[in-house]
Amino acid sequence: MQNFTHVEGRAYPWGAKNIDTDVIIPAHYLKTVSREGLGRGAFETVRATDGNIFDDPRYAGAPVLIAGDNFGCGSSREHAAWALGDMGVRAVIAPSFSDIFSGNAVKNGILPVVLPQAAVDRLIEVARDHPITVDLETCTVTTPFQDRFPFEIDPFRRQCLLEGLDEIGITLAMAPAITGFEAEMARDRPWLAGRTGAAPHAA
Amino acid sequence: MTKPRTLYEKIWDAHVVERRPDGTCLIYIDRHLVHEVTSPQAFEGLRATGRGVRRPDLTLAVPDHNLPTTPRRNPDGSRIPIADAESANQLATLERNAPAFGIRYIGDADPEQGIVHVVGPEQGFSLPGTTIVCGDSHTSAHGGIGALAFGIGTSEVEHVLATQTLLLQQSRTMEVRVDGALGFGVSPKDVVLAIIGRIGAAGGTGHVIEYTGSVFREMSVEGRITVCNMSIEGGARAGLVAPDDTVFDYLKGRPMAPAGADWEAAVAWWRTLPSDPGATYDKVVVLDAAAIAPGVTWGTSPEDVVPITGAVPDPESFADPSKQAAAAKSLAYMGLTPGTRMEDVAVENIFIGSCTNSRIEDLRAAAAVARGRRRADGVKRVWVVPGSGLVKRQAEAEGLDRVFIEAGFEWREPGCSACLGMNPDKIPAGERCASTSNRNFVGRQGPGSRTHLVSPAMAAAAAVTGRLTDVRELIG
Ligand code: SF4
Repeated sequence: MQNFTHVEGRAYPWGAKNIDTDVIIPAHYLKTVSREGLGRGAFETVRATDGNIFDDPRYAGAPVLIAGDNFGCGSSREHAAWALGDMGVRAVIAPSFSDIFSGNAVKNGILPVVLPQAAVDRLIEVARDHPITVDLETCTVTTPFQDRFPFEIDPFRRQCLLEGLDEIGITLAMAPAITGFEAEMARDRPWLAGRTGAAPHAA
Repeated sequence: MTKPRTLYEKIWDAHVVERRPDGTCLIYIDRHLVHEVTSPQAFEGLRATGRGVRRPDLTLAVPDHNLPTTPRRNPDGSRIPIADAESANQLATLERNAPAFGIRYIGDADPEQGIVHVVGPEQGFSLPGTTIVCGDSHTSAHGGIGALAFGIGTSEVEHVLATQTLLLQQSRTMEVRVDGALGFGVSPKDVVLAIIGRIGAAGGTGHVIEYTGSVFREMSVEGRITVCNMSIEGGARAGLVAPDDTVFDYLKGRPMAPAGADWEAAVAWWRTLPSDPGATYDKVVVLDAAAIAPGVTWGTSPEDVVPITGAVPDPESFADPSKQAAAAKSLAYMGLTPGTRMEDVAVENIFIGSCTNSRIEDLRAAAAVARGRRRADGVKRVWVVPGSGLVKRQAEAEGLDRVFIEAGFEWREPGCSACLGMNPDKIPAGERCASTSNRNFVGRQGPGSRTHLVSPAMAAAAAVTGRLTDVRELIG
């Protein structure tokens, strides 16, 4: 996974609320069997309107997106994170995120930054004409005008992002504990195993 | 003395493999449902890293999202090709991946095929007290049988395939209590729409909801699944109802449910799961059952809900300025003006299906309204899409298919259908659909489509009148 330490650049000063993952990437793009190239479908319905923020040359390729409450609600499609990554977005700032989306974002090296509405409003104002900086090492968002907004993030997620860690690798290092748990499960809840007819451990 | 725990906390505690110093827990996953859309990249990831599936026997693969709901096989059993090449490729990819990794695969023409969230409980694969995941946000549906069930992204699908676990933070808890008697003609769908209307689309974010109170105790398992299904529309990743005899009776004898001594042992454990007296929740929301009316959405978020007797709200009537702006945008998209009575809104399309409302009780409720009536003149399409092949057979055994066909409805093959604009079942731009699905997002049922979420009986009522209709005027 691509690591994330900090990013400085333009930000889409959007602020829209309840942006669902169907808006981020519509279902007809989900027929792909690859993670690549989804940026072309990102925000398709928004882009169909004149004067939309994503086709405004001032923000072309901006690495930050500023959104409203409940960003990424709806479908669990990780394609939403892949599409954002493919269009060059490395961090999204919003007052709140859907739980599934923020998890998906982190797993793709995209930082979800939760800030209070007042901070988001100020950043939107600045971002219209100026760059902003999102720094995960110091956990702050700053502007060229001495604004400084600290944010909080789950320490495990922060570490994964800073180091670009492969979560599956981390978990596989805990394999003995998993094997131990499975032995307990076989003793206490034996009815759970083997019910689909598949062999418990394939090759 | 141990602290009283909630149902969620008990299931969580029973699945902690390891607690990390930062509070993140490695949680064991008992059941993993896999479908064609969110799995190809996960299997590809396993191949790229030389990893296998840790527990194929706890994993079940079923295609649903991309399958057309028209017949799939010729009379001679040969496959009818799928016109859309990308859909066909995605389906073929799962059909290859499942056996390659030793996973049981229910194929497109098997009678057990259906929407993953219908198939899991129906097969007895989903069980109380288990952790269930699927690369699909409506996995919350399985909470109806008393499981901790939630949607995951594709990276997590790969993580579960490889390790049978997930690294998670414990959620906060929210009790949604509804006591009293539901009014005549009020269904589980109306209950959950009312709940989302109350808490808002982000109201449950960071929380797992437990639905308590007499309404859920008396509700059928299928109704509980409908309610839990839409927990995600209230922002909660999962929702559950305490398992009880209603659930045990529902599961007993199902193909993948435990049997014999295993069954007895399982039931004994399941009985220990309901929340302890005195257990507390981080948030509590209380609704009065008697105050819930059949509901319908007017906007493009599931929180935009009013009773069918109500009217399209004026965006100015919302206190929050950003909600005012959102509502105005929704109304422009939906082609509605404030003050219009919901019952005066004409609809051209009806969709009865999806993992929210495609089980046998849903079809019975719709058929009870359709029986002896005809599709209204202005209605172009009425799709009735059973949630699985087994639901379809059951409905046919009860003669429901003929009720629908005689009413001028289309009786189709199981799948996700018009719930999302992915397979050929789409609502044309600018047209309205009274839909029993779970999302009324912009473009959800196809670009430019306008969705009104309703219950199955309300959808059937709209089909026979050609407008959004209070089903209570047609029945009883
Ligand atoms: S029916 Fe709709 S909500 Fe349910 S799994 Fe299929 S697409 Fe998702």
